Amino acid sequence: MPWVLWIPATVALALVVLPVVGLLARSDLTRFPSLVTSDASLQALRLSLVTAALSTVICVLLGVPLAVVLARSRLRGIRVLRAVVLLPLVLPPVVGGLALLYLLGRKGFLGYLLNVVAGVQVPFTAGAVVIAQTFVAMPFLVVSLEGALRNSGDRYEQVASTLGARPWTVFRRVTVPLLLPALGSGVVLSFARALGEFGATITFAGSLEGVTRTLPLEVYQQAEVDVDSAVALALLLIVVAILVIALARPRALEGVRS
Amino acid sequence: MSLDAEIELVRGSFELTVEFHVPAGSVLAILGPNGSGKSSILGSLSGLLSPRRARIVLAGTVLQDDSVDLPAHARAIGLLSQDPLLFPHLSALENVGFAPRSRGASRRRAREIARDWLAEVDALELADRKPSQLSGGQAQRVAVARALAGEPDLLLLDEPFAALDVDSAPAIRGLLRRVLRAQRERATVLVTHDPLDALALADHVLVLANGQVVEYGPTREVLSTPRTAFTARIAGLNLITGFAAEDGLRTSGGYLVAGIPADDVVHGEPAVAVFEPSAVAIYSQGYPGSPRNTADAVVGSLEPHGPVIRVRASSEGWANGLTADLTPAAVAELGLEPGSPITLSIKATSVAVHPAVSAGPSPTTTLNGDTSRHG
Repeated sequence: MPWVLWIPATVALALVVLPVVGLLARSDLTRFPSLVTSDASLQALRLSLVTAALSTVICVLLGVPLAVVLARSRLRGIRVLRAVVLLPLVLPPVVGGLALLYLLGRKGFLGYLLNVVAGVQVPFTAGAVVIAQTFVAMPFLVVSLEGALRNSGDRYEQVASTLGARPWTVFRRVTVPLLLPALGSGVVLSFARALGEFGATITFAGSLEGVTRTLPLEVYQQAEVDVDSAVALALLLIVVAILVIALARPRALEGVRS
Repeated sequence: MSLDAEIELVRGSFELTVEFHVPAGSVLAILGPNGSGKSSILGSLSGLLSPRRARIVLAGTVLQDDSVDLPAHARAIGLLSQDPLLFPHLSALENVGFAPRSRGASRRRAREIARDWLAEVDALELADRKPSQLSGGQAQRVAVARALAGEPDLLLLDEPFAALDVDSAPAIRGLLRRVLRAQRERATVLVTHDPLDALALADHVLVLANGQVVEYGPTREVLSTPRTAFTARIAGLNLITGFAAEDGLRTSGGYLVAGIPADDVVHGEPAVAVFEPSAVAIYSQGYPGSPRNTADAVVGSLEPHGPVIRVRASSEGWANGLTADLTPAAVAELGLEPGSPITLSIKATSVAVHPAVSAGPSPTTTLNGDTSRHG
């Protein structure tokens, strides 16, 4: 490795670490406990954890099959689909929120249908928060799983089928167990992404205290009213993020097979 | 449980056409260099690969024809490849029990079957280990048990020793020899590039080159009396093409190679002279004895071949491409290196002359002729 790489590498590291240091320097640690235990803060924290956990579960239930289909199907259009899945990853979240609004909003075609047939209104509910978070977090899970599937190839699955295992047995007894390490990192990434989701949420679900105002939205709200409180909540988000990484072990985050 | 197969495959510009029959309880070896289409045949038999056209009948059941195409899991096959491919998340015992489980055995029954098969391959003590805790040879042993535990009607072996080190390959070869001989029901197809595997395990051998069958017959017969330079090279034998003469073979250049003609050789008809590399002696200072079967050449290449060094000669005449096996000491003593002038001498009593279908001067022309012996 040429030593010159250390220079840009240090700058990059500083870019990641220094803002957090800046935040710490600005914060008033004596008021921290009272600020983060206010009703509004706790409510936002609870809402964030519950919705992010729910979206992660949905990401797993829908994302695992999607990743397997994308990695294993030999259909012609599958390469196009692979690119489509990346859309929420490259789309500005606000645009995603708007798109969701015009699909599921009162005037959107699916939202209209839901409203007329079932009397359900999706936007500006906790459900909308979960949908917005799932929308932005799903690609993280699918991409990490699909990469793992394509790297490991389908040789184990082929052997399993020559041993008489039907496709469903192969999926259950070979594909999924081999996918677990990658699933671990995928779950952490998508949970973290769901937890930090802001743009799509505020556009599609609004910022209703106790219903759709998650922690990031609360931080944004407080930043205009009470900067100390915003900084304290930001620290709280950082703590949660560090906890997530620590729990998931760096190995899982790097997608290394255990 | 005999197997009948006709397979036609296309992969890009590569085309393969084969047809063969494997009787119950026997082993067919498919020999050929890399890229000759060997593994594609196994892929088609197992159902993992879709040939352009195929008719595969196993034990009276049509696995594939124009209207039927059974998926791999419904084909009653077992596959063993060069990589053991044991499921990394399962113990050795669970790996071996996988096929019985998949075919409907209870958990307990599958464990019993797996134990029996692990005992059969002398690997019972490895039962609780994970694949990452096994050596290459141990893993392949477990993989043999796993492939057999489903009691397949057709066993497919894809270069099963290619990835093993020199110590474990003979042990696994011996193990397979034992388990294959132990039953008289199953048909087995072995794909290999090593004639030793075929000699050790197979009743019949099919030699494949560029997607075509160039020879097909009983193993010993095909490998000891190859009719094409191609098979001879695979079998590690020397082969010279020409026409049968009174006491040997006359090359297209007119040289008489002295040898012992087989009973079915007809004077003046196309024939081949075959002899082992160990029958070729090399001298650096001219040959001291009688001049029969000698030729001047230069050393083309030197390569290790087991305990000996195989010298490939290069010359303008009939001796071009002949190989001789020398001990490393002899190579050192003669001071051989590529380009060294040498004289080759072949003992006439070691040269067997067999009839050939065509007497082409080069392997390519020999290959184009229809040289298959059966079917």
